[in-house]
Amino acid sequence: MKAIKNLGLIIFLIGLAIFTAIPVLGTFRLDQGTFDEIVKEKNIKSDGFIQSINENVVGKDFKGMLSLSPVVSSAIDAANSQHRKNKEYNKVIYTSGHDMAALVGKKSGTGFIAQNKGLMWFFTFGLGIIGALMFILPNVILLGKKGIKNNGIYHESATNRGWIAWMVFIFLVSFYLVLYFRPEFAVNWTFLVDPISESLSGNPAGHWFVYGFMYCVVMTVMAVRMYIKYRHNMYQVVRTTSVLFFQIVFAFLIPEIMVRLQMPYYDFKNAFPLDYDFFFQWNLKELLNSGGIGLFILVWGIVLTLVIVPVMVYFFGKRWYCSWVCGCGGLAETLGDPYRQHSSKSLFSWKVERWLIHGVLLFAIVMTGMTLYSFFTESSTIFGIKTQSVQNTYSLLIGAIFAGVIGTGFYPIFGNRVWCRFGCPLAAYLGFVQRFKSRFRITTNGGQCISCGNCSTYCEQGIDVRAYAQKGENIVRSSCVGCGICSAVCPRGVLKLENGPEEGRINPTEVLLGNDVDLMELVNKK
Amino acid sequence: MEHIVIIGNGISGVTAARHIRKLSDKKITIISAETDYFFSRTALMYVYMGHMKFEHTQPYENWFWKKNRIELVKDYVTQVDPENKRLVLTEGKTMDFDKLIIATGSKPNKFGWKGQDLKGVQGLYSKQDLDQLEADAPNKDACNRAVIVGGGLIGIELAEMLRSREIPVTFLVREESFWNGVLPKGESQMINEHIKEHHIDLKLGTNLVEILPDENGRAKAVVTDKGETIACNLVGLTAGVTPNIDFLKDSGIALGRGVKVDRFLETNIKGIYAIGDCAEQHEPIGNRRPIEAVWYTGRMMGEALAQTICGKPRKYSPGHWFNSAKFLDIEYQTYGWVFSERTKKEHESHFHWRHPSEKICITVAYDKDSKKFLGINTFGIRMRHEIFDRWLTEERNVDYVMQYLKDANFDPEFYSHYEEQIISKYNSVMQTSLSVKKKSWKRIFSKA
Repeated sequence: MKAIKNLGLIIFLIGLAIFTAIPVLGTFRLDQGTFDEIVKEKNIKSDGFIQSINENVVGKDFKGMLSLSPVVSSAIDAANSQHRKNKEYNKVIYTSGHDMAALVGKKSGTGFIAQNKGLMWFFTFGLGIIGALMFILPNVILLGKKGIKNNGIYHESATNRGWIAWMVFIFLVSFYLVLYFRPEFAVNWTFLVDPISESLSGNPAGHWFVYGFMYCVVMTVMAVRMYIKYRHNMYQVVRTTSVLFFQIVFAFLIPEIMVRLQMPYYDFKNAFPLDYDFFFQWNLKELLNSGGIGLFILVWGIVLTLVIVPVMVYFFGKRWYCSWVCGCGGLAETLGDPYRQHSSKSLFSWKVERWLIHGVLLFAIVMTGMTLYSFFTESSTIFGIKTQSVQNTYSLLIGAIFAGVIGTGFYPIFGNRVWCRFGCPLAAYLGFVQRFKSRFRITTNGGQCISCGNCSTYCEQGIDVRAYAQKGENIVRSSCVGCGICSAVCPRGVLKLENGPEEGRINPTEVLLGNDVDLMELVNKK
Repeated sequence: MEHIVIIGNGISGVTAARHIRKLSDKKITIISAETDYFFSRTALMYVYMGHMKFEHTQPYENWFWKKNRIELVKDYVTQVDPENKRLVLTEGKTMDFDKLIIATGSKPNKFGWKGQDLKGVQGLYSKQDLDQLEADAPNKDACNRAVIVGGGLIGIELAEMLRSREIPVTFLVREESFWNGVLPKGESQMINEHIKEHHIDLKLGTNLVEILPDENGRAKAVVTDKGETIACNLVGLTAGVTPNIDFLKDSGIALGRGVKVDRFLETNIKGIYAIGDCAEQHEPIGNRRPIEAVWYTGRMMGEALAQTICGKPRKYSPGHWFNSAKFLDIEYQTYGWVFSERTKKEHESHFHWRHPSEKICITVAYDKDSKKFLGINTFGIRMRHEIFDRWLTEERNVDYVMQYLKDANFDPEFYSHYEEQIISKYNSVMQTSLSVKKKSWKRIFSKA
């Protein structure tokens, strides 16, 4: 069994190594016809740029994106500075050098990778999946009898912030940096999944398709791991199935199929303000121009945030979204599960958390207010502040860096819910509802707590669960995403996630801990 | 300002300190030589198993003590001088007190076995024991077999710990079935099976005769009363605990096996109290033992004593008995009293149900004549403490408990429920025709 595991690990690492090397490999050869198409499609009016590309790129072989990208970028920069100098603003190209390089790369890829998409898919994704499953499946036998299996978590380099964890950290952060800021290096990855993209939406894959596909693959493989690890715990099994379903069907398949049907790309479960650009001008315009379905999405998006989300939180707690439906939560609960113990439980972190997450919510609301004001009044500034630059700041700082690079990249170091705990504006909104008007709580079972600390250690949201449990208090916290792991790891059956009457949800501090106290007498004395 | 000195920073002493601080402004000092800060003793096993780091076993952050003006002194009390209200610490240091709380806990039993003080022989109680285990049994190469002597809760925990590092374990249990002085036979039998499932070499009805040393004075083997010699590098002595009170011998404080206390937890000397594992009641309370070495009772005594010390005299009056444990993968909870065949009285009868394939079972104890519900043991099913506490107070009969069992279930959502199977067996055994009542939030939250 261990041999199979080790072999699986080797196969996985080979797949990962090829995947990691691919961005800088490959051959690109742009022919005249393709370039003319690009010029037409992007409506490029810069004669300087066209001339420069015609001279330096068209018809030439480029070995790897590292050689192609600088040529395209510098062509844009040179052309733009010339146009600005000449005040020919209509000729300035607003597409960034990286996006242009990605576009050129995508259309001009030749050579082994672009011509052997299926084979290369197998050598990357295929080997990764096979290797990972070979590594994970033997646990059915190796983990022994069903029950909580956390043995060795703090002895392993990968799960105890050792060198493996730091390698994973570097890989994840780099991956997100490429996705958000250097898309041209993702071009070769897009070739691998072109056939899949074409079968779904009819279009070749972009780098966000790579991300979406990979997201589903990673979640599926790691969900298998969850099923094995928590096979005694039906709550975990059902919940994992739910997040997996919503990721694959709602976040991945439906939007792609909608594109094929000439509808707007839309993830029906992605609620504003997590879906922060829902009210951005370009999105509203697209929806309003998409006929019935566009209007439906617009109404749905608003109803989802204003009615469905809070009503569901009232009945089930914010877990219905955060750990049953949400994509960010889904990745955190599958890929992130091995790292859940790294969230800080200090009081200091809790203070930071409250400032930060509510700050982001405020930022999102102010930005959206400005956006709507600009949309309806058709003025691009408020009090001299450009709406567009506020939106850009949010997209960069919150949308890309916080949610992506830090949110997932920092899994192995700060735990799997960094974004959900410190940054997600939707979580902040749900949190208010959960804290003040909900039937959800984690019930503490009388006096049975032995203060062992397993619950707090494995709380991904950094809640010091034990602090409540050892006092016999129920846990009612806005940040709780209801993953149910505290209850799972408790050796004494102390914690239970449940939805019940609001009355008595937050129980008094002086509760039954074992002493035979006349409670009424105690209350009257106060 | 009155100076309260507490010896011992375990759950009893720390609970007392916290509640005294809540209720008063007294000066509080806690003395312990074991660790700098309070930690959960019950969690030490998880540190060795790699579930947690030692810092995770500390329920309060390090700033907590200063903020709450609870002074921590890392030292060892060698003598208590009640007359001068003075403690003697190491190196001749002294400390004066106005009131003293003795909360020094327990130490592992040693029954005079030959070789019991050799290197590689240890109990599992303190942080030092954990460190010793880490040194002597870091992995299966350094420790190729361990023998555990004594079949109780600590013994099975130690076995689980060592198995988490794949160290072969032989488990010597004096009784004919695991923990059958406490558990009824059906449950004890199930745990026997589960121990073996975990590849632990369980030897029932077997006693330790002696531990053999090697040339360096380390344990190299044990000899059992079955004439067997088992080679090993580690011997775990887990045959129960005794109050840790040797330092009080000539102090004038009345001692039995533990520190003798009255219902207000006060010793024979006014202003000196004892709580937790080391306290011994003059008369047992109800069915309880005079010395209760349990986490929960330590905490309860700490709470009660804090009230007394702060001018609201309160007897230690524990409510209905409850306890819990985990045997490898099987959780165990108990509410009320369920005695084993070896200890139960004439009037106590049992109803036992066991799942046909899973390691799940319950035993319900009731009065043979009145059918009054006496207590329940559950294995692999979680139960709601408040509900059983209420039923015990209301003196419900066993039929009632069986019908409303769903109200008491505390398993996580989506778990399988067994009330139907349980009641159908109950009906066939008891010749009743009861049916299961649906769970009711109203009943669960009604404060009777």
